[in-house]
Amino acid sequence: MSKVEIKAPMPGVFYRKPAPDSPPFKADGEDVALGDVVGLIEVMKSFHEITAAVSGKSVRFLLDDAEAIMAGQVIAELEG
Amino acid sequence: MAIKVLNPGLLTSVQDLGRPGYFHLGIPVSGAMDRYAMRAANLLVGNDEGAAGLEAVFVGPELAFEEDTVVAVTGADMPVKIDGEIQPSWTALPIKAGQVLSFDFLTAGARIYIAVAGGIDVPVALGSRSTYPIGALGGFKGRAIAKGDELPVGRPSGNAASGRSVPDALRRENPVPVELRILPGLYDHRVTKASLERFFEEEWKVAPEADRMGYRFRGGTPLEFNEREQPFGAGSDPSNIVDSCYPYGSVQVPGGTEPIILHRDAVSGGGYFMIGTVISADMDLIGQLQPNTPTRFSRVTMEEALEARRARAAMLDHLRMALK
Repeated sequence: MSKVEIKAPMPGVFYRKPAPDSPPFKADGEDVALGDVVGLIEVMKSFHEITAAVSGKSVRFLLDDAEAIMAGQVIAELEG
Repeated sequence: MAIKVLNPGLLTSVQDLGRPGYFHLGIPVSGAMDRYAMRAANLLVGNDEGAAGLEAVFVGPELAFEEDTVVAVTGADMPVKIDGEIQPSWTALPIKAGQVLSFDFLTAGARIYIAVAGGIDVPVALGSRSTYPIGALGGFKGRAIAKGDELPVGRPSGNAASGRSVPDALRRENPVPVELRILPGLYDHRVTKASLERFFEEEWKVAPEADRMGYRFRGGTPLEFNEREQPFGAGSDPSNIVDSCYPYGSVQVPGGTEPIILHRDAVSGGGYFMIGTVISADMDLIGQLQPNTPTRFSRVTMEEALEARRARAAMLDHLRMALK
């Protein structure tokens, strides 16, 4: 099975949850459909929803909640 | 002729070289954060250097063209596409009526500049077409562009030559870590000598809040201030001063914790001390910094600052010669 990647469209701070006390948008191991929100990136004083441009099974996130992220960095891997 | 905005990107605005002359009235200089890249894009399509183009930060827009024309994209490294086909950046590109200009993910730098032959022909406000969104001044209706907008384009000069390209040596790179040169003053006497030295030795990182008003940095040790008697009119925090003018490029450190370099859309005055000013030769570079970029501040003298300014002016002259 091939791996597909979800990449960050912009730099900033990556959040896996919509709010500090909420569950994550996607838990590790969940399936992801095209257009699903997988996280938020905070940059220039605003938050931007990051949607999946690919779909796949069993998501694995490569960075933690509230971690710094650069544009183009891989956020998560999926089994395509 | 108009350009239709299919997708504006994250934050894309009409900018030219700025609106000098009103800062003393609280109206910022605005204009492209990387003015060298803006000038290069304009020269490539046969425009005056001061014509208006688009500045897009981190994410490129998607634009449909109504007529055949010539475009150029400079600045950050972000793959350029016309109808899905990858095109070279820093190059005059022919685009046909009905074709769509779009972009892939940013790979280095932060801001691209898009010039179109004839320039974006929005009304001139206080001598400039630059957008100052907080003041709803200039640009396209005083705001960032939005989906569905139709951007008016001026009459082309006829000097655009498709395929013309900026030589590699004249494309500014985006090195990491970044060094920004600072001339200390006017309020550096407020911090201890040891603290000032540490400020110039430590590594800082661009904070995610950095924008057109100011570039904020964090990661270094908080500054230590010299004791003083609070002057009449100054706030009680040791970083406060009696209100003063803030130059473009000045570095304030509110509370002594996070330095902020004021940029094109900055406020013109206030009550925070300034440790120094980034030299003019390095201001364009700031516009290309992504959040989290490791940065060092290096201390220069006035002579070194003036020498750097001459070198920068010489590079611009080379660019003008190369694109004549």
